[in-house]
Formats: sequence, C-alpha cells, structure tokens
Amino acid sequence: MEILGQLLNTTLVFSTALIFAALGGIFSERSGVVNIGLEGLMMFGAFAAAVGGYYAQEAGMGEWAPWVGVLSAMAVGVIGSLIHAVASITFKADQTISGTVINFLAAGSTLYMVKLIFDGSGETPLIDGFSKVAIPGLSKIPVIGEGIFNSYPTTYLAIILVIVIYFILFKTPFGLRLRAVGEHPSAADTLGVNVNKMRYIGVMLSGLLAGIGGATITLTTTGTFAHNTISGQGFIAIAAMIFGKWNPLGAFGAAVFFGLSQAIRNYVQLFEWSKSIPQEFIFMIPYVLTIIVLVSAVGRSSAPKALGEPYDPSKR
Amino acid sequence: MSRLRKIFATDTYIIPLVAILLGFLVGAIVMLIGGYDPIAAYSALFQRVFGSSYDFGEAIREMTPLMLTGLAVAFAFRSGMFNIGADGQVMIGMTAASVVGIKLGGVLPTVLLVPLAVIAAALCGGLWAGIAGYLKAKRGINEVITTIMLNWIALFLSNYIVRTFLLLEGQNRSEDNPASLSMTFLFSTFDNARLHWGTVIALAAATFFYIYLWKTKQGYEMRAVGLNPHAAEYAGMNVGRNVVKAMFISGVFAGLAGAGEVLGVFHYQSVFAASPGYGFDGIAVALLGLTHPLGVILAAILYGTLTYGSAGMSFGADVPPELIRIVIGSIIFFIAAQGIVRWVLKPFYFKRKKEKVL
Repeated sequence: MEILGQLLNTTLVFSTALIFAALGGIFSERSGVVNIGLEGLMMFGAFAAAVGGYYAQEAGMGEWAPWVGVLSAMAVGVIGSLIHAVASITFKADQTISGTVINFLAAGSTLYMVKLIFDGSGETPLIDGFSKVAIPGLSKIPVIGEGIFNSYPTTYLAIILVIVIYFILFKTPFGLRLRAVGEHPSAADTLGVNVNKMRYIGVMLSGLLAGIGGATITLTTTGTFAHNTISGQGFIAIAAMIFGKWNPLGAFGAAVFFGLSQAIRNYVQLFEWSKSIPQEFIFMIPYVLTIIVLVSAVGRSSAPKALGEPYDPSKR
Repeated sequence: MSRLRKIFATDTYIIPLVAILLGFLVGAIVMLIGGYDPIAAYSALFQRVFGSSYDFGEAIREMTPLMLTGLAVAFAFRSGMFNIGADGQVMIGMTAASVVGIKLGGVLPTVLLVPLAVIAAALCGGLWAGIAGYLKAKRGINEVITTIMLNWIALFLSNYIVRTFLLLEGQNRSEDNPASLSMTFLFSTFDNARLHWGTVIALAAATFFYIYLWKTKQGYEMRAVGLNPHAAEYAGMNVGRNVVKAMFISGVFAGLAGAGEVLGVFHYQSVFAASPGYGFDGIAVALLGLTHPLGVILAAILYGTLTYGSAGMSFGADVPPELIRIVIGSIIFFIAAQGIVRWVLKPFYFKRKKEKVL
C-alpha cells in the first residue's frame, strides 16, 4: 500500500510538467495555431526558472526563490511564444515551420546564454527548488494522502488549472470566442471577434503555460538547466494534447498516463519478477500502450477545424 | 543573359538568400550583445570547414545523413504529412544494417553483404514509417503522435537488439560490422576523413525524389493528395494508399541515412543513451530547402557546414557553438515569414521595376 502511494506521488511529479505544457498547447491549437514549439517553450521556461531561481536564491529570498523562477519562466515563455505568434499570425507563415523555429531558437539561445552567464559552463548551478507541501488533514488519508496531498505546490497548481481552464474554455464567452476562432475564423470575424487578437492570446497563453511546465522540471526534478533537461517532454505534451482530444480533462488524463508509465519504470525494477523482462520492454510500455489505445478506443482525432490555417479575411 | 537574370530574379532564389544573410546578421547581433567578435567567429567557422582536406571531408560526412533525413521529412511534407519520426526510422535503419552486416558477415561475400545490409536498412526504415502511414490511412490517427511514439519505441527496440544479439563483450556497443560503405580509395585524398558511399546514395535519393514526384503519375497523385486530400479523393485517387506509400518512401530515405552512419562512419552501433537527433535536424533541413530535393541538398550543405564549423568557432573565437542554432533558427524563421524578407527587399524591388519601364 505504501508503494502505491509513492507510485501515485511520483506519477504526479512526472505528469505536472506535461499537464502545464499540454494545457498551453490546447490554448494555442484551440485558437487555430499549431504549436509544435512546445518543446522549445518548455526549454525557455526551464532555463528562465533555473536562472531566475538562482539569482533570487543568491539574493536571499529563501523559499520564495522558486516562485521567482516560475515568474521568470512565464515571462520568457510568453516572449518566446511571441516569435511564433508574429511569424504565423501576422506574417502568415506555415505554423509547423514557425513552431520548429521556436524549438531551434530555444535550444540554441538557452545554452548560449547559460554559457555566457555562467562562464562557459554548460549547466546552471544547482538550486534548491520547491519542497513538497503536505496539506493538513488530507495528507493523512491512506494512499491518496501520500500520493496526492503531499506534493509540490506546482502539482496542486497544475490540477487546479486543469479545472479552471476547462471552465474558461467551455463556460465563458472568452472560451467560446477562442474556440470559434479555431473552428470557423471567418464566422467569428463576422460576429465581431478579432481573430488575430484571439490567436495572439492563445499562443501567448501557450508560451506562459509551457514556460511553467519547463520551470516545473528544473524546480522539482533536476534543480539545474542543461541541454538534456527537457529532451522530448514537449513532444510528449503534444501527444498528450492530441490524445486528450484538445480537452483539458482529456489532456490531464493523458499526461497522468505518461507520468504513470515513467513512474512505473522506476518502481517495477524493485520487484524480483521484473528481472526476467528486458528493461527496454518495460521502457516501451507507455509508447506502445498509447498507440494501442489510440487504435482501439479513441479513433479519429478531432482537431479544431481551422487548425494550421492562417486567417485571411479576403477569402471570406 | 536575360534568361539567367530571370532565373535569379525570381523569389524562389532571392528570398532564401536574403533569409540566410539575415540569419547571419541575427547571429552577429547576438554575438555582439554577448561581447564576442562576429567577424572572427564566422571566419573561424569557415576556416574550420575549408581549412584542411580532412575537415572538408568530415564536413561532407556530416552533410550526408542531413540530406537523407531532410529528404525524408520533405517527401512526407509534399504528401501532406509531418514526419517527426525520421529519428526512429534512422535508428531502425541502423539496427537493420547492423543485424545483417554482423550476423551474415561470415556467411555472405562482401559483394552481396553490403547491398543486402543497405536494402535491409531502407526497407526496415520504410516499414517503420509505414506503421504511422497505415494508422493514419486506416484509423485517421494523427501521424505526429504516432511518429513521436515510434521514435521512443525504436530507441528501446534498437538498444534491446544491440544489447541482446550484437553486443561486443564488456562494451556498450555492437561487435564490429564487416559490411562497409567507406570510400577507402578517397581516404588518402581527404587525409583519412570518413567519406562513404552514403553520400552518393543521398544524391541518388534526391534525384529519385525529383523524378518520382514531378515526372511520374504516381508522384502527381501524391502531390495532389498533399495539396488537397479531399479534392484528390473526389478525383478518384486512393488517398489512404498514397499516404501509406508516401510514409514508406519517406522512411526509406531515413533508413538509408542510418545505413550510411553505421556502415560508413562508425562501423559499429552503440547503445543509444538518448535519441540521436538526426530526425530533428532533418526537419530543419527540409524546411530550409523548401521541401524541394535540390533545395534539401543545398540546405544540407549549409546546415552541415554551419554545424561542423561551429566547433571551430568555439576554438577560434570562444563563441559557444550553440550560437549556430540561433543562426539556423533565424534563417528558417525568415524563410517561413517571407513577409519580413519582402519588406526588407521592397526598396530594391521598386528600383528594378523602374528599370523595366525604361
């Protein structure tokens, strides 16, 4: 039973970054802009969190330092996403291409800056990051208490945001406009919605959230930023978003699924029977399962209709 | 002369060229902000590539997999698909070449062994990509998600095969591969740079790409599906079959890249610590090359020169080699956001129009 609680806890640690980034992807893609650049945006966030957190710690901000890291990650994530927004919305560039640009610029510029700031070192100094916060009362519940209610503050934030963003997307006028712009931009335009403005907001929110996602990794898992800090998490977040059908709740489920399979990898090796299975096959489980689940249950993906199309009012 | 001027006056050539210049300019500005000397850095970069025949040969070696993965991504793009999975297809190609080369090494004569290893790599890479194509065609499953998943599966599957069947005792790599694509006759000319036949294969692949897509009926169908699948279906084309076929061919290109690396460069296969990243470079090369085979070759030359030269840049001018990714990213940005380039070019365009009136 104790292991079950720990497994749940580790699952959430691994899922948190994916949840943030996938939620970010949803905002962008629901507004009609493909965001293949989540990986790069997470990289920007992880970098900014490591640097911001480091200086805040040096300045003696103590346990508030990681929050400075999160704020820096949000800011840098938004700035990074603006490159994507300007290219794909204003200049009507192919959205896949400008997303790829983000990945490239992020990989290059973050390491360039790390080497510049820290005298040629390829890694930021180790910082303390967040510590786990037990919620009084709830953390005493068996399994779930250990599993959920004794987590990092970012994990709580991620779970709350899933619900908040679900509500924003499907129950508020803003959400309706955002989705309308992604489904049928010319109709939305006719009704007086500023298509480009909504898309800018969508992309910038994706930068903000993916930035926090990246920050989560440096501030809870690694404690530093280096070239391999993100290594594919952004692409997994894209998978989680598609898997979850561009719905916050679905993406949450998918992110937890990926987090679980990463956590299983750590725990399964504790058992004697696992020795008889080559470890590579254990590592493969989440990815094979994803394909099987997609084939058997989920079926056709329902992307926003105008996804990937630059909006051209003259074609109305 | 006027014909020549016409060729160079079209946007297709001018915009990428200006984008490249702007990309270098952005790199220079970033270096200036960081307190580096951009002129020293860029000259160190080109010095590194063109300074010695060994380095020049090694730069060509560096360009080879880029050409093939670039072609792979570009081919899928032309058929309306985003193949993020070239990385996995390269790994599967490497593994197939390793298995055939090492397991059949003593059995088959070299004349048969080498082609067989290359063909196995191409086929396996193609089939690996074909899975994503099949799932897209039959089940409508987004190829982005399947190719990402297949990348990870390929990584672990390759490691499993190398560790279980091909391992060199006590090492984290396979036994030496007796099949070789090395161009031994050129080794002395290029001071032992690891040149290999993969480069010739890559150029042949680019030629095939061009002829197939623009000179055959099948290629026409494929481009039609890529441009508008609904219209293609309405015109009686089998969209699903084209999707599978396009992904297969795309994977063949990537698999060949893997064969070149294993049989031409390393002559063994390591257990991968992480994804080797060939596929992601391929995306950049495909986009730089405007998804046209000739463009892809030129883009691979540019990309290979820049990445290989970036090491020289850090020795010669102390600039972190990552800077080069900023340059490449900016170039792709300017190619994608052509509006910016047109705006930069506007004054020149006006001038030329006046000339024409006179």
